[in-house]
Amino acid sequence: MFEPLQYEFFVRGLMAATIVGALCGLVGVYIVLRKMSYIGHGLSHAIFGGAVVSYVMSFNFYIGAGIWGFLSALLISATTRHKRFIASDAAIGIITTASFALGVALISRYRTFTRSFDAALFGNILGVSDNDLYAIIGVTVLTFAAVAFLYRRLLFTTFDPEVAPYFGVNTAWIDSLFSLILAGAIVVSLQVLGATLIAASLVIPPITARLLTDNFNRMVTLSVLIGASCGFVGIYASYFLDIASGASIVLVATGAFMLAMVYSSVREKIATMRGLAAHSHAGSPASSQALVD
Amino acid sequence: MLHPRPHDTSESDFIVEFRNVTCGYTGAAALSSVSLAVYRGDFVGLVGPSGAGKTTLLRTILGSVDIYAGEVLVDGKPVRSSRPLAGYVPQLETIDWNFPVTVEQIVLMGQANEGWFPWHKKEVRESAYSIMERLGIAHLGKRQIRALSGGQQQRAFLGRALLSSPRLLLLDEPTSGVDIKTRDDILHLLDELNHEGVTVLMTTHEINAVAAHLPWVICINKEIIAEGPPSEVYTPEILGRTYGAEMTVVHHEGMTLVAETPHQIGRSLRHHQKVGTQT
Repeated sequence: MFEPLQYEFFVRGLMAATIVGALCGLVGVYIVLRKMSYIGHGLSHAIFGGAVVSYVMSFNFYIGAGIWGFLSALLISATTRHKRFIASDAAIGIITTASFALGVALISRYRTFTRSFDAALFGNILGVSDNDLYAIIGVTVLTFAAVAFLYRRLLFTTFDPEVAPYFGVNTAWIDSLFSLILAGAIVVSLQVLGATLIAASLVIPPITARLLTDNFNRMVTLSVLIGASCGFVGIYASYFLDIASGASIVLVATGAFMLAMVYSSVREKIATMRGLAAHSHAGSPASSQALVD
Repeated sequence: MLHPRPHDTSESDFIVEFRNVTCGYTGAAALSSVSLAVYRGDFVGLVGPSGAGKTTLLRTILGSVDIYAGEVLVDGKPVRSSRPLAGYVPQLETIDWNFPVTVEQIVLMGQANEGWFPWHKKEVRESAYSIMERLGIAHLGKRQIRALSGGQQQRAFLGRALLSSPRLLLLDEPTSGVDIKTRDDILHLLDELNHEGVTVLMTTHEINAVAAHLPWVICINKEIIAEGPPSEVYTPEILGRTYGAEMTVVHHEGMTLVAETPHQIGRSLRHHQKVGTQT
C-alpha cells in the first residue's frame, strides 16, 4: 500500500491528480448545471491547438495555452449569446475543432518538432514536474478563492442567466471570469489527464454528486470530494494495474457514478414503496375506523 | 376592483413614463410609438395577445431592450440597464425545475449582488425569512423548488423580487398555470403590497379572472390600443383591435366581463344531431 510512496514521481503525481480532481469537481458543477458538458471536451482540444502554437512561437506553455483557451471560451460564450440560433454545443463544435485543427496543421507544417504531444493528449502522470505541481496548486487556490467570492453571483447566473442582470448581477463579467477559470483548470489538468479525458473529470463528479443531493451547496462539496477521491484512488490503481493514469482516474470516477446511480434508484424505489404503503395504510378500513373512533 | 387609482396625482408622481418610445431587439421594433405613464401606487394590468409586446414593455423598464426612438423614464431618470430599480418576477416557463436550489436560495438571490462572501449577512437572511413567512413559504425554505406546487413556486420568485424592498414591482404573468384559489391568493397579496405603496405592473392573459379586477388596464398590441378602468376599455371595439378577434362584452353585477364569440369545436354537435335524427 505504501510502497509507491517511496517514489518521488508517484507522490508528485498523486498530489497533482488529487488536486486536479478537486479542481475539476468544483468547476464541473457549473459546467454541468449550465448544460455545457461538451465544453470540457471541446476546450481541452482547443487548448491543444494553443499548446502547439505556444511551442512554435517559443512561448511559455501555461501562458500561451491559457490565453488560447480563455479566448476560445469567450468566443463560444459570445457566439451563443449574440447568435441565439446557434446553440452552445454547435458553437463549441466549430470553435474548438477549428482550434484543434490549427494545432494539427502546425505540427504537420513544422516537421522538425522535437516535443511529443502524447502527454497533452492522453496525460502522463510520470511527467508531472515540480513546476507543473506549483501551477496546479496556484490555479486551484485562485479558482477556489474566485468561486468563493463570486459564489452567489455565479449561482444566480448559472440558474437564471436571463434574469440575473435585472437584480444587478453583471452576467457578462461573471461569464468572462468563468471562462478564465475554466481555461485555467483545463490547462493545468492537461498534463495529468490529457485533452481526451479531461471532459470526464469535469462531468462525472458533479453528475455523481447531483444523484446524491438536491442541495446546491452539498452538490459542490460532494463533487469536490468525489473528484479528489477519484484522482487519489485512480493514481493508486494506475500504479498497481499498470495502466495510463488519466484512464484509471476516469474509470474510477465512472465506477463511483454507477454506484451513485444504483443508490439513487434504490432510494427512489424505497421512497415510492413507503409512499404507497402510507397511502394504503391511510385508506385501509382499519385506519378509517381509527379516524372515525 | 382591488384598489382605486390615485388620479389626483401630479405629473411628477410618475414612477414609469414612456415618451413616444419605439423599442425592440436586434433592429426589429417590438413596440412602436408607445406613450404611457404609470403613477406611484398604481396597480396596472397589461393585456394583449401573445407576441403583443407585454414582456418587452416590462423589460424596457428594466433596461434590457434596445430603444430606437423616444425616452423611458423610471423614477424620473432615463432607464439604464446597470441600475435596476424594480423587483421583477419573470414568467416561470423557462425555469429549470431540476436545478438543485432551495426556496431559501431562490429568495436570497434577490440580494445576490450585495457583498463578496459566499454567505449572506444575518439581517438579509432574517429579512428573507420574514418575507417567506408573509408569503406562507417559510416552512418550505429548505425544499428543492421542484418539490413545490405551482403557487408555492410563484411565491418563491415573488419573494426574490421583494427582498430588495422595491417600490416598483413588475410581474410577467404571475397567475399563469395556478389554480383559482392560488390565483386569488396571489392577487390579494399583490393588493396588500400595493396598499403599502408598492406600484404593481403585471401582464396577464386572464382578462376576466385577473385584469377585470384591476383598477387600471392597458390594452397593448405592438402599440398602446387603450388604457383605463376595465369598465371603460372592455368594449368590443377596443378588444377587437387588441386581440384581432370578435369579442362580446357583458355586464354582470357591476362587473364588466368579456366573452369570446362562441364557436362549436369538435364533433359533438354533429354527433348529437345525428343521434337526434335517428331518434
